[in-house]
Amino acid sequence: MDQFTLNLLFVGASFALYIGIAIWARAGSTSEFYAAGRGVHPVTNGMATAADWMSAASFISMAGLIAFTGYDNSTFLMGWTGGYVLLALLLAPYLRKFGKFTVSEFIGDRFYSKTARMVAVLCLIVASTTYVIGQMTGVGVAFGRFLEISNTSGLLIGACVVFAYAVFGGMKGVTYTQVAQYVVLIMAYTIPAIFISLQLTGNPVPALGLFGDHVASGEPLLAKLDQIVRELGFNEYTTHHSDTLNMVLFTLSLMIGTAGLPHVIMRFFTVPRVADARWSAGWALVFIALLYLTAPAVGAMARMNITELMWPNGTNEQAVSVEDIANNPKYDWMQTWQKTGLLDWEDKNGDGRIQYYNDANAAMQEKAAANGWTGNELTKFNRDILVLANPEIANLPGWVIGLVAAGGLAAALSTAAGLLLAISSAVSHDLIKGQLNPNISEKSELMAARVAMGVAIVVATYLGLNPPGFAAQTVALAFGLAAASIFPALMMGIFSTKINNHGAVAGMLAGLIVTLVYIFLHKGWFFIPDTNSFTDADPLLGTIKSTSFGAVGAMINFTVAYVVASMTKETPQHIKDLVESVRVPKGAGAATDH
Amino acid sequence: MSDKEASNAYWKANVRLILWSLVIWALVSFGFGILLRPMLSGIAVGGTDLGFWFAQQGSILVFLALIFFYAWRMNKLDAEHGVGEE
Repeated sequence: MDQFTLNLLFVGASFALYIGIAIWARAGSTSEFYAAGRGVHPVTNGMATAADWMSAASFISMAGLIAFTGYDNSTFLMGWTGGYVLLALLLAPYLRKFGKFTVSEFIGDRFYSKTARMVAVLCLIVASTTYVIGQMTGVGVAFGRFLEISNTSGLLIGACVVFAYAVFGGMKGVTYTQVAQYVVLIMAYTIPAIFISLQLTGNPVPALGLFGDHVASGEPLLAKLDQIVRELGFNEYTTHHSDTLNMVLFTLSLMIGTAGLPHVIMRFFTVPRVADARWSAGWALVFIALLYLTAPAVGAMARMNITELMWPNGTNEQAVSVEDIANNPKYDWMQTWQKTGLLDWEDKNGDGRIQYYNDANAAMQEKAAANGWTGNELTKFNRDILVLANPEIANLPGWVIGLVAAGGLAAALSTAAGLLLAISSAVSHDLIKGQLNPNISEKSELMAARVAMGVAIVVATYLGLNPPGFAAQTVALAFGLAAASIFPALMMGIFSTKINNHGAVAGMLAGLIVTLVYIFLHKGWFFIPDTNSFTDADPLLGTIKSTSFGAVGAMINFTVAYVVASMTKETPQHIKDLVESVRVPKGAGAATDH
Repeated sequence: MSDKEASNAYWKANVRLILWSLVIWALVSFGFGILLRPMLSGIAVGGTDLGFWFAQQGSILVFLALIFFYAWRMNKLDAEHGVGEE
């Protein structure tokens, strides 16, 4: 059976599984659609949360960004796990005690203001839409590869599938479908990593293999990797090259953004008890950590394999020949990925070999001149293809490649669909029913939800064609926006009785607008290419890149809220009492709808 | 002790616990993983140093331990201050 059929088989089988479980679980539980998770054990809930949370950014994109940058991109690992500590300690138990279903409802009630609720809805829509753009980038890569078509066609087909999947909606609310998605996703991520770790280091645990010895050379793997990338003029893998302030702010943005994104917080509203909200966050992180502890090993080992494939006899010998790439089965993956337009090479100096090196490095330029090289000939290697191409690069069996395709799609589709649902319910439930037209019929509300979903996916697909960055980088922007707008409002709502309605509204607006403008100045207005005035290589403020600005936006939010609150009318007593009651678990009932 | 006093004492103990947990949270990630890495560079771990290990593995493991410790400690605090759910 050829690889194409095998991929189709794995992807098809995994979809059949999700749909099957959805139909089976749906029968008795339609009424519990909103309350997915109630009466579910914290371990099961944690697994479902992990599936919801880990998207194309974690699965498809992150290890590639680590592979080509090394230590400096550890920020993704710390940022996207450290946020769970904030969630568990600062938000989850209190929001559960509050007992409503959406983040904007909490903000509206705590700050006794419809305006605050509407501003929160606006923040959620902006952050979620940006997040979906990142997902669409990942969906395009995955569909492009597994249907063996161009990235653009893959993106358009993927958009239709995501839309159908999200409209079929109920599936998303069923916890057991998400558990199945988690199982597919984590197997797809760890199985190839185990194979590769065994090949390179002899250790079956990738997280340990990363710090083990490279079997072929007998040296520690990371020391060997440092050496070969250095010989090609690239930055050493394990050393610190980027700006420290930017690295700290970026990590912090991802952390507080995690604790400000609606689709994750929502899961903690509906666990049976306040104590379970605390445990659930821990279990979610256990299941997330399985992927996150493996990702740095995937990155380093893939970088090793790619470099060795391009320089099969060592970096001081001849590079791989064009003929080998065309005929040797070890290089078949390069042919298949070339079709997506995300990988390319060119024999610039016509010597029949493809030299892969850093042509911006002065020492390498001298070496190149001496050897008659006229520039790096591996001209394009999109970071987002690394995880999906990884099993092919390591020459693993066909079924592993099919499994990875299924896992990548599970990650991207589940999160994209979840975000579209969050956007559509914000528009139909919070905005239209809660504000514009409270008497709207259930049928019209559903219609409005579908229209909102359709608009969101068209916008995300259009912008996904020319994304502002690789999948994980675009998603990082969404985290920055959530960090600057939602997280401070939630935290102040619980930990301070001083912050009043005006303070919260002013804080959220200031955080959102300043961060959004900073991002647009660097990534183009509304992410339209070539409308930017600055680049992240040379940012407006010192060394602070637009992806790291969320932490600054959050500080602006806190400060503005505090200043405005101290100048305006004090919080009324009944709201102070509400805050007091949110702080203690006693008397927590089941979550209720508005 | 009235309900109000009980919940004030409970909240104080909770905030203290949160602050200590966040100190550890920041120390292992921003500290060991980034800012203090040069100071840890003398400690070798598998071809690199301890700071690299904290940035890519250690911080995540400590985060896990922190959340479970907090949940366990808070459940005890709920009971001690009589503010638990049952």
